[in-house]
Amino acid sequence: MGEDSLLNIDGLGKAYGNNLVLDDFSLSVGHGEFVTLLGPSGCGKTTLLRLVAGLETPDRGRITLDGADLTPLPPEKRQVNTVFQSYALFPHMTVFENVAFGLRLKGVAGDELGRRVATVLCDVRMDGFAQRYPHQLSGGQQQRVAVARAVVNRPRVLLLDEPLSALDARLRREMQGELKRLQRDLDMTFILVTHDQEEALSMSDRVVVMEGGRIAQIGTPREVYEEPSSLYVARFIGDINLFPGTVRDRLDEKHLRLDIFGQTVVAETRRPFAPGQAINLLLRPEDLRLGEGPAKVAPCFAGSIVERSYRGSTLDTTILLDDGPVLKACEFFDEDDPDFDYRVGERVQVSWVKGWEVVLSDGE
Amino acid sequence: MESKTRRVVIGLVASWLFVFGVLPILLLLGASLLTQDPQHFVRLPLSLEAYRQLAEPAYLQVMLRSLRLALVTVVLCLLVGYPFAWFTARLPAGWKTAILVLLMIPFWTNSLVRTYAIRTLLGTQGLLNKALLALGVIEAPLQLIYTDLAVVLGLFYLMLPFMILPLYANLDKFDYRLVEAARDLGAGFTRIFVTIVWPLSLPGVFAGCILVFVPTMGLFYVATLLGGARQLLVGNLIQQQFLNARNWPAGSATSVVLILLMALMLAAYHLLLRRAATARGPQ
Repeated sequence: MGEDSLLNIDGLGKAYGNNLVLDDFSLSVGHGEFVTLLGPSGCGKTTLLRLVAGLETPDRGRITLDGADLTPLPPEKRQVNTVFQSYALFPHMTVFENVAFGLRLKGVAGDELGRRVATVLCDVRMDGFAQRYPHQLSGGQQQRVAVARAVVNRPRVLLLDEPLSALDARLRREMQGELKRLQRDLDMTFILVTHDQEEALSMSDRVVVMEGGRIAQIGTPREVYEEPSSLYVARFIGDINLFPGTVRDRLDEKHLRLDIFGQTVVAETRRPFAPGQAINLLLRPEDLRLGEGPAKVAPCFAGSIVERSYRGSTLDTTILLDDGPVLKACEFFDEDDPDFDYRVGERVQVSWVKGWEVVLSDGE
Repeated sequence: MESKTRRVVIGLVASWLFVFGVLPILLLLGASLLTQDPQHFVRLPLSLEAYRQLAEPAYLQVMLRSLRLALVTVVLCLLVGYPFAWFTARLPAGWKTAILVLLMIPFWTNSLVRTYAIRTLLGTQGLLNKALLALGVIEAPLQLIYTDLAVVLGLFYLMLPFMILPLYANLDKFDYRLVEAARDLGAGFTRIFVTIVWPLSLPGVFAGCILVFVPTMGLFYVATLLGGARQLLVGNLIQQQFLNARNWPAGSATSVVLILLMALMLAAYHLLLRRAATARGPQ
C-alpha cells in the first residue's frame, strides 16, 4: 500500500496497566476499501477502532489520514465517524434530530439539512421514520439509524464496532448485504470490527485476523480461508480437520512428502519445512471426499460414520478414523445420486481434493 | 390466601396513611375555616377570615420573601450539586460508595444541632471571623450572622444532599457512550452538556429542586437562629401564629396554602415526567 493509502496506522501500542492490548500494530487502508478486523474478544480490535476514532489515546505510534497526523486530534476534530455496538442513539431526539446532529454542528441548516437527512434515511431505507423516537424502533431499524447518523457526515473513514452483533441471524445476513451495498454506493472506506468469521468473509475486501494485539494474518477473505498462515487463523475461520504427521522430504519447489498414519502423502506447499519436522495437515470439511468400499486412490484413510445430519443443501457427517482422529465432512447433494446418504456405523474411505490441503507446522 | 395477606397489608398501610397523613391535613383544613378563640383555640362559626388575612400585604410580603429565599437556595444547591453528582457518578464504584456515605453521615446529627454549629462558625466572635482577622484579610469582624446570607448559607448546607442524591441517582444511570457518540459526531463539551446531558438529566433536576424547595419553605428554625427576628419566613409565620399569636385559623390557613403550593409543584413534576416518558419511552 504505502503512498496511495488513505489511513495509515503505524506502530500503534496501547496498554491498560500491565495488560498490553495493542502491540506495535501497523495497517494501511486504501480509499474505498472494506477492511474487517476479526478476532475473539480481548484481541484488541475494538481498542484499535477507538484509537482511530480518537476515543482512546495511544501509548506509542501514529495514525495518519491522507498523510495528516490524526494522533493529537480529539474525536470531534477527526473526519472519522463511528457506528457504535450499542448504537448510542440519543433517546430524547427523533430519528431526524439524531441524524441531523452532526450536520448541525457543521453549520448545515434549513433546506439543505432537511434534504441531506432525507437522502441518507432513504439510503438506509428508513424514510418515513424521521419523526419516530429510537425506543419506537426495532433493533434492526435502530441499527440503520445509527449507520445513517454516521454516514450523513460523509466521513473519510467509517468505523463500525460489531454493528450487527445485537441482531438475530436472519436480520444480520440481510444487514450484511445492505452495509456492503451502502459502502459501494457511497464509495466510502469502511473498517468493521467483528468476531463473526462469516460476516468478515462475506463483506470485506480484506480481513485482518488479530491475536493478542497483533496481526495474525492479513489478506483477502479467500486467502485467510484457503491459506491460513497458522492454526490459530485456521481454527478461528471456519471448521477444520487436522491430520498430524511428520515431514519426510521435499520433492520439488511446490511439493512436500509427508508421513501421516503410516501412509505417504504428497502435499502442496511453498513454505519451508525441515525433514522430520512435526506438522499438521489441514483440511476443511468441504475438502473431504468420502468413498464406500475398498480404497481407490491413495492417500485414503479408513473410518466409520458416527454421526450424520441433513442440512438441506449439504449432508454433514462426523467420521471416526481407525487411526484416531475425528473428522467433520460436508458434502453437497448431487443430482446424479438422489439417494446419497450414510448410515451411522457405515464404513467409509476418506480422501480429499488434491491440492486443497494446507501444511502447518505443529508449533503454530 | 395470598390475596387476603395482600388486603391486610394494603389495609394497614392505608389506615396508617389516613391517620397520620390525611386526617391531620383535614383537621388543618377544618381549623383554617373556623374562628379564632383565645381560650379554646378555635370555635364556630365557619369563616374565611383567616384566608382574607393572608391576602394582606404584610403576609404576601412574607410569602414572596420565602419563595425568593427558597429559589436562591434551590439554584445554589443545583449549581453545586450538579457537578458534584456528575463527577461522583463517573468515579469507580468504591469511591462512589465512600463519597455517598460521607454525604449521608451529617444526617445522623439533628439538623437543629447543625444549625447551631453554623451559628458558632458565622458569629461575630465565630471561627470564620477569627480566622479572617488572624490572616489580616479584614480589620473588623464581619456581620455575617443575622443576615439573609447566613440564612441562605444555612439552608444551602442543610438541603444540599437532597439535591445531590436524586441527581446522582439519575446521572449514575446516564449512558456515557452517548457522550462518546456526540464527540464522534463533532460536538464539543458545552454542546454535549446542553443538548445531551442536561435534557436527559431533567427528571433528576426536577426531583432535586422539589426536594430542596419544599422543605426550605418550612424550615423556620434556620431563619430564627441565623436570621434573627427580622427574617420572617412562611415557616416562622406559621410557628408564630400557632404559638405566640394563638391564632390557629390563621396558622392553619397558612399551612394549607403551603401544602397546596407543594401539591401543585408535585403535580407539575409528574406531568413533566409523564411527558418526558411518552416522548422517550421507559428508560
